Amino acid sequence: MSLVPALTEVLFALGAGPQVVGVSSFDEFPPEVKTLPKVGALLDPDTEAVLALRPDLVIVYGSQSELQTQLRRAGLRAFSYRHGGITTILATIRELGAATGHRAESDALASTLQARLDAVRTRVNGRPRPRTLLVFERQPGTLRGVYAAGGVGFLHDVLGIAGGANVFADIARESVQPSVETLLTRAPDVILEVRATGLIERRTASERDAWSALPSIPAVRNARIHFLTGDHFVVPGPRLVQATEAIARTLHPDAFK
Amino acid sequence: MTRPHGPAEAGHYVSADATSLPRRKARPSVRARVAATLLGFGALAVATCVLAPLVGTTPISFAAAFSRSIPFDQNVDAQIFFVARLPRVLAGALVGSALASAGVVFQALLRNPLATPFTLGVSAGASLGAMLVIMLGGAIALGPFSTVPAASLAGAGLAAAMVYWLATRQERAMSTSVLLLAGVTLNAFFSALIMFVQYLADFAQVYRAARWIMGDLDVGGYDSLTASLPLIVSSFALFALLPSSLNLLSLGADAAAARGVDVGRAQRIAFLSASLATSAAVSLAGPIGFVGIVVPHLVRLLVGVDHRIVLPASALFGAAFLVACDLAARTLLAPIEIPVGVVTAMIGGPFFLWLLVRKG
Repeated sequence: MSLVPALTEVLFALGAGPQVVGVSSFDEFPPEVKTLPKVGALLDPDTEAVLALRPDLVIVYGSQSELQTQLRRAGLRAFSYRHGGITTILATIRELGAATGHRAESDALASTLQARLDAVRTRVNGRPRPRTLLVFERQPGTLRGVYAAGGVGFLHDVLGIAGGANVFADIARESVQPSVETLLTRAPDVILEVRATGLIERRTASERDAWSALPSIPAVRNARIHFLTGDHFVVPGPRLVQATEAIARTLHPDAFK
Repeated sequence: MTRPHGPAEAGHYVSADATSLPRRKARPSVRARVAATLLGFGALAVATCVLAPLVGTTPISFAAAFSRSIPFDQNVDAQIFFVARLPRVLAGALVGSALASAGVVFQALLRNPLATPFTLGVSAGASLGAMLVIMLGGAIALGPFSTVPAASLAGAGLAAAMVYWLATRQERAMSTSVLLLAGVTLNAFFSALIMFVQYLADFAQVYRAARWIMGDLDVGGYDSLTASLPLIVSSFALFALLPSSLNLLSLGADAAAARGVDVGRAQRIAFLSASLATSAAVSLAGPIGFVGIVVPHLVRLLVGVDHRIVLPASALFGAAFLVACDLAARTLLAPIEIPVGVVTAMIGGPFFLWLLVRKG
């Protein structure tokens, strides 16, 4: 049973899919999860539903301490996880393989992912690294409420491997909420906007237009604003490789010709 | 109002001095005091608004910012000054001024020194509107308003209309106790709806909604300012009709009526103008708390309780206060920002509590 969508993906990638008896209410990938029972999520785990499914192992998020206590009391094994950078993800894949009896598959998966990431790194190696602003949320149509990737975490790591230099690399937080002044000061060469769902894609023109208020930003002046959609950009699971490759292609189209 | 405790008693404390003012012949005339106060607080507000855009997280060259030889689209300094800082300071001044004045008016109308612009549910209505749009993901502009401000304005209007309807249903004059109870209840009800909507939303939307609730003056341009300006200007025009009747209203409806105030009309203008100012402020910058209570009380400590002086002084001091708080918000932890609502709450919360226990 998994309450963490990123790790549900890992389970299925390891071939542990048939062992999964329940998932969180936010799980959407792989498609098989849609038919599985939903047992709540990060903030509202349904303990009763969890227990009723009689799992041997429950994957919980690190902050769900109350749920962990309840699981312990019920004599169930919990696998606690917190999001981190790519290293954390690869290590977690191996731990999860060991915990579910898929050690060989997990070693193979982690090595494949590492190899594909290395391939991307090699491909963009030696090319100029554009100073990139990676936005994952803002109020549509305006530059208010911008959330951007800070200097730690999965998005920062992905951007680095894909050959971009994060403009907020110096801020040791997962996310940054820059003001308009900070955006102007950091003057990114490229603006990458990633979203889980396709809403923003349908309005790409007007969303691009929102940035035209700040023409001194090189990315705006040189029309280097890109929109990428898909939940693999926000779910730090095995598909982070696809996310990395997509970002690398966007930043360095020449490297992939 | 015959209740011996609570708001009525509190209202009395505000009004005791107000009525005795005309009898104190030794004091300079009201007109001279209004002029002196306006001059003092006006100078403070202007000084804050002029100085605030000069300071920021980035040192900028003002020679370059005002230079005509560099094209604007390549002039980083000019953009930081004119696109990032100036609209933000102006938004702070408008919002601070609107919230502080609305606070004064609501405190007099409800005869309760602890009333704020958000007491009657206007901000909860605005938040619900904003939240719904954030969750439904709409981004269609309605005239000069983009969707979130437009929806919050609509929500605020709806909340105000409901409270108004409830409070005027039975009597010709508004019942302040019904007004207060209806407002507080509506606040709780809307908050429950907000939680429900949030519960159904995904993480990104909850993030965005949470940020909106903290308040944000970083408007990044003049469009939202020009959209809010007519509303705020009209509310100020209505405020100008109020001060003398507010002095008498704070004595209680009966006493005011006995002195020739058209109580129903004065209450309606007070309610509508303060609700309009609050709605416009919240739709522009989110529900920034405590400005509407800290500023009026500080001003009363400085200039007494006559609304002819308190109202304009609060409007000016409110502008200076919020601009200063936002300056702190954007510079203290740079390059990280503190949400401005957090700064006002950190100053306002302890102040509010002190106010609460001072009389006890």
